[in-house]
Amino acid sequence: MLIGIDLGSRAIKLVALADGAWLQSEAQESGFDPRRQALAMLEKYPASRVVATGYGRHLAQRHFASEAITEIKAHALGARHLFPECSTILDVGGQDCKVIRLDRAGRVVNFQMNDKCAAGTGRFLEIMAATLGYDLVEFGAAALSSRHETAINSMCAVFAESEVISMKNAGLPPADIARAVHLSVANRLAAMLNRAAPAGGPLVFSGGVAKNPCLVALLTRQTGAPVLVPPSPALVGALGAALYAQGA
Amino acid sequence: MEQFEIKAYPALWEGLGMEVARFEKSRQMLGEMYRKIYLSQPNRPAGMGYFDALMAEIFGGRIEEMLAVKRAGRPVVGTFCVYIPEEVVVAAGGVCVGLCGGSQGPIPDAEKVLPRNICPMVKSAYGFKAARICPYFQTVDFVYGETTCDAKKKTWELLNRLVPTHVMEIPQMKRERDKALWLAEVRDFKAKVEEVAGAAITAGELGAAIKLINDKRRALQRLARLRGKRPSPISGKDALLIEQIAFYDEPGRFSRKLNELCDELEERVQGGLGAVADSAPRVMLSGTPMALPNWKVHHLLETAGAVVVNEESCIGSRYFKDLIDEGPDRLEAQLTALTERYMQIDCSCFTPNDERVEQVLTEYRQSQAQGILHYSLQFCHTYNIEEIKIREACEREGIPYLAIESDYSPEDTGQLQTRIEAFLEQIREAAC
Repeated sequence: MLIGIDLGSRAIKLVALADGAWLQSEAQESGFDPRRQALAMLEKYPASRVVATGYGRHLAQRHFASEAITEIKAHALGARHLFPECSTILDVGGQDCKVIRLDRAGRVVNFQMNDKCAAGTGRFLEIMAATLGYDLVEFGAAALSSRHETAINSMCAVFAESEVISMKNAGLPPADIARAVHLSVANRLAAMLNRAAPAGGPLVFSGGVAKNPCLVALLTRQTGAPVLVPPSPALVGALGAALYAQGA
Repeated sequence: MEQFEIKAYPALWEGLGMEVARFEKSRQMLGEMYRKIYLSQPNRPAGMGYFDALMAEIFGGRIEEMLAVKRAGRPVVGTFCVYIPEEVVVAAGGVCVGLCGGSQGPIPDAEKVLPRNICPMVKSAYGFKAARICPYFQTVDFVYGETTCDAKKKTWELLNRLVPTHVMEIPQMKRERDKALWLAEVRDFKAKVEEVAGAAITAGELGAAIKLINDKRRALQRLARLRGKRPSPISGKDALLIEQIAFYDEPGRFSRKLNELCDELEERVQGGLGAVADSAPRVMLSGTPMALPNWKVHHLLETAGAVVVNEESCIGSRYFKDLIDEGPDRLEAQLTALTERYMQIDCSCFTPNDERVEQVLTEYRQSQAQGILHYSLQFCHTYNIEEIKIREACEREGIPYLAIESDYSPEDTGQLQTRIEAFLEQIREAAC
């Protein structure tokens, strides 16, 4: 059995492959001690080889993984496996967002990541949802239900929160504010896509944030092309690591 | 691991009016950082011993040398830019030194006054003076600033309250009328230096200074050529350190020691011996300068298994790629030759500046690099925007490319590490 484990900033994801087929997967919050959390998850599987990715990849490699690859490579492998035609990947996780451009053979030719700022990441959406009193599922659904078309201006989580509070106090319905937040994130992601992958081509949206239906809809509108979303977008990195374990 | 310590000179620092207790902490931290980042490297050339020793004396021995020059009535001038003609200071028997501006420590001091969203190098430099924790700043007669960016030129007005700061106007274009302005600025600079020295600079003195600094640049060119060999005989971190020390050390001694090191590197090259395995991905850096002790990106790259083979930067090739014509022996002709050399510097503060794109590609080929990492300090608008043209050129040429924007704080290390490792994965795959 081959295991790919993705130690992300917010969650640890694991995919187990046997004889080239998807056997099992699971995800847990990273918690305070990601090493212990990962070990508890791994205990259940008789793995012959573990490959780690994500922020905790080096920690994993020091303690239990036989190899570590970056999230960029892992997402490239995972997305290409699920969608062989894919040429661009947009991965939005808890702490960062990235655009990865692949060549015909599936090799990474270019990638772009956000800087140290959390703007446009899962964490940003979490903070905005909390400000509005939504959980993440309600947040996406509310935004999807609104027809509001004006984005918020600020992409800094701190300033955006003040902006959202002003909107609340101006009497704007929460669903419209949720929509405004989503519009601003979609604009930022579309700009990043345009810079890193101006040629377009089939786009896969991965990472936990791809579960948000409003962002998928807005990105589809922004890019003017279908956005391919895997059934479990948060697991693409772990899948890529497992595929790497299989290939290496 | 080897022992290393930056030597303490509390009495000297006290005499310079420094904030001694605080500086003492920076001294210890820098020494510890140097030991971890530098002395842990395997397979270092023996010739690096000189530069290690110089680092150990960077807050003391070298300061004493400069103070001796000052006591002899010769000018000690602090600068922040490769456009300031150091040959003029050397001709007056003085010392031209690059001032501190490469660390996070004094940034909070600067932010008490300056806006936060400006270049970290400018903030760091201002903070070093404001907090009195840079012995070089405390030693100089005056600072010669320039107008290469808005953050700098406006900060000089405030810095002038703390230390005499003169400003050289650097034009933004390279037309004939700009050259005339520049030559006039060089004359003003010379007049200021002569005023402090109390004597006029002769053609003989300027000729000798031009030769001395040309020799320093030639030695650095030789180092760059040797790094272009496979496997690279020296790590990028060591080479960056040498390029940084080029702004501090006494030029004659520096050239001699660097040439000795290069002799050793030549032997390594002949024997096929590298500082790293030939399989290590070869990365070239391009962009904004990395002032001492900014070793962040080199350290991340080399820890991840790469070797840095070139810096297309002011602390790098932009400082040493051009020489001054040594032919003229009359003052006017010398100043013209000097100005012509300085006008070849391809800083992004010029428009247009397309010769830099060509220069990057040339250095990429000469250094046998396999990828280019563009490094821009945060809020450095000119380099950040010019980056687009470098990126386009790399895409056209099929060169693996990564652009990062960062400052001196360690908080983005995790993100940078991910990007750098992914970049190396990309280079390795491209090489297969």
